[in-house]
Amino acid sequence: MSDIREIVVISGKGGTGKTSISAALAMVAGTEIVLVDCDVDVPDLHLIMSPQVQKREDFYAGELAEIDGEKCIGCGVCQKICVFGAVQSSAERKFSIDSLKCEGCGYCARVCRVNAIANYPRLTGEAMVSTIKTGTKLVHANLSLGGENSGKLVAELKKKARVIAEEEGKDFILVDGSPGIGCPVVSGLSGASLVLLVVEPTVSGFHDLRRVLELVQMFSLHATAIINKADVNPKLTHEMKEFFAENEIEILGEFAYDTAFSRSLSEGKTIVEAEQSYLQKFEKIYEKIKKA
Amino acid sequence: MLKINEASSEKRKDFRVAIASGKGGTGKTTLAVNLSLLCAEKCKVRLVDLDVEEPNSGLFLSLPTLDEKIVERAVPSWDKEKCFFCGNCQEVCNFNSIIQTKAVVMVFEQLCHSCRACWELCPSGALQAKSYQVGKISFYREGNLEFIEGRLDVGQEQAVPVIADVFSHLDKNPFEQGLTIIDSPPGIACPTVETFGSVDCILLVVEPTPFGIYDASLTVDVARNLNKPVAVVVNKYAGEDDLLGKFVADKSVEIIAKFPLDKKVAEIYSQGLPIYAVNREITEGFSQVLDYLTTMMERARL
Repeated sequence: MSDIREIVVISGKGGTGKTSISAALAMVAGTEIVLVDCDVDVPDLHLIMSPQVQKREDFYAGELAEIDGEKCIGCGVCQKICVFGAVQSSAERKFSIDSLKCEGCGYCARVCRVNAIANYPRLTGEAMVSTIKTGTKLVHANLSLGGENSGKLVAELKKKARVIAEEEGKDFILVDGSPGIGCPVVSGLSGASLVLLVVEPTVSGFHDLRRVLELVQMFSLHATAIINKADVNPKLTHEMKEFFAENEIEILGEFAYDTAFSRSLSEGKTIVEAEQSYLQKFEKIYEKIKKA
Repeated sequence: MLKINEASSEKRKDFRVAIASGKGGTGKTTLAVNLSLLCAEKCKVRLVDLDVEEPNSGLFLSLPTLDEKIVERAVPSWDKEKCFFCGNCQEVCNFNSIIQTKAVVMVFEQLCHSCRACWELCPSGALQAKSYQVGKISFYREGNLEFIEGRLDVGQEQAVPVIADVFSHLDKNPFEQGLTIIDSPPGIACPTVETFGSVDCILLVVEPTPFGIYDASLTVDVARNLNKPVAVVVNKYAGEDDLLGKFVADKSVEIIAKFPLDKKVAEIYSQGLPIYAVNREITEGFSQVLDYLTTMMERARL
C-alpha cells in the first residue's frame, strides 16, 4: 500500500459549496496534490481550474446488447425475458434494443436461438487528464448520454489519479465527489483516507448529512467537516456542531453565507483568488487536513 | 408554450412535470414543494419525491403518513443441497454478483441487477428468487395535497429500482384530478434518465452561475435526447443576463419565471418552511409557473 492519502469531499445534499471549496483547497495545495473531479454526471471543476487537456480516452464499462436484424427471426423470446423492458418490437416482427433501458445483463443473447444478439462494451464516458492553473494535474471525465455505470467511471478516474500521484511523487489526491448516497458516492468513498463533509445548516442539509454520514460510517472512514453558510441559521449551526462533537468529527472551518463565492465563479476565479481574506482561511484548513 | 409529445401523454391519464436541475442546490425541491402548496390552496395536486438518495420534500410538509410500502428487488438465493457446482450462475452473471468456489456459491446482492438470468438458467434449481429490500415508498395526504416519497436505504447503490417502483405505483393509480409534480434527482446519470423517461415535460431550475448553466445545458441535452420538452425557471437571479442570454439562445429554451437571489429566502428555507407567501414578487413568480403548467396540462388533455 502506498502512503498517498486520498481526501474525498462530499456533501449528501447538492449545492452546499462542495466544488467551490474543493477548488479553493486545490489552489492552496498547489502541486502537492492530484485533483480529481468525481462528480462525473455534472463535472464543474474544469470550469474554474483552466484545464489544458493532455490526454483523453474513451472509457468502456459494462455491456450493451445489439440485435442483428438480418439474423432475427422475430420469435420474441428476448422480449419476454428482459425485465428492463429494453427489447422493442419494430416493424415486420423484428426486434431492437433500447440502449437507455438495456442494463447489459446479457440474458437475451444467451437465450436467442439463432444467435442474433451480441453484447458489446458500452461507452461510459471520456476520461481526461489535464494540467490546471496550479501546475498540477486534474483527472476528470464526461459521462456519456444515458449515464450508465457512473460508479465505474469514478473508480477509473481515481485509479488514474493514483498512478499519476505515484509517478510524480504526490502526497495527496483531492477528490471532488458527487451528491447523494448512490453508486458514484460509494465508488468515490472506496479507498478514501479522509472524508471532508461540506454541509449547510438547513433542515434538508442536516437530513442529508445524517444519511451520508451513515454511509461514511459503514465504510469506517475518518470524517471531518466544513460548515458553509453558517449564519443562515445559527440555531441549526449550533445543533450541527453538537452532532459533529457526538460523532467525533472535527470541524475544520466555518464560512458565512457570502455571494462572493458565486461572484468570483462568474469571473472564472476560485474564492481564494478573488478575495484575499479567504486565502488564509483555506491555508489553515489545508494544514488541518494534512494533519487529520 | 411547449409542445407536449403526444406519444408520451396519450398512454397516460395523468400529467407529470419533472422539476430538475442538473446541479444540486439550485432550488429544485423548493420549487416542487411551493408549487404544490400553492396549487393545493385551490385544487388537487400530487407531489412525488424521486430524489430517492436524499429525499427532502417531506421535510417542508410534515404531513401524517397514510401508508408505507417496502421496495424490494428479486435477487438469487442459494440452496446448497440442490447445487452441483456447475458454475453456470457465475458464468451468466454480467455484474460479478455471484462467485462460486469449490464448496460455496456467494451472492453479492448489492451488485445484482435482478436480471433473473442466474436462477432461470440454473440447471439444478439451486438458485431461487428471493426478495431483497432496497428502499421504501411512503404515502401522505392532507386536504388537496397528495404526497408520495421514494427513499433509498442507506448503503444501497442503485436508485433506479426505487424510482421505477414509484412510477409503477403512479401508472397503476393515475392522478386525473390535477398536476403530478415530481422532485427529480440531481445530475444526469441513470436516476435522471429513468425519471425523465416517464414524464410529460421537464421544468429545469437554473442557477445563473457558470456551474449552474453548464449543468443545466447537460440536462437539456438529456431531456432532448429523450424527446421531452423543457422550460426553464431561473433561481437566485442577480442580473446575470449575459450568461442566461447565451444559454437561452444556444439551447433554445424559454424562461418562464425568475426568482431573485435573496438571503432572506435562504434563511426561511433553512428552517424547513415554505417560501411562496414570503412576499408578493415571490408569490407572483410561483403563480406564473403554476398557470403555465396548468395551461400545458389542459392542452395535453384536449
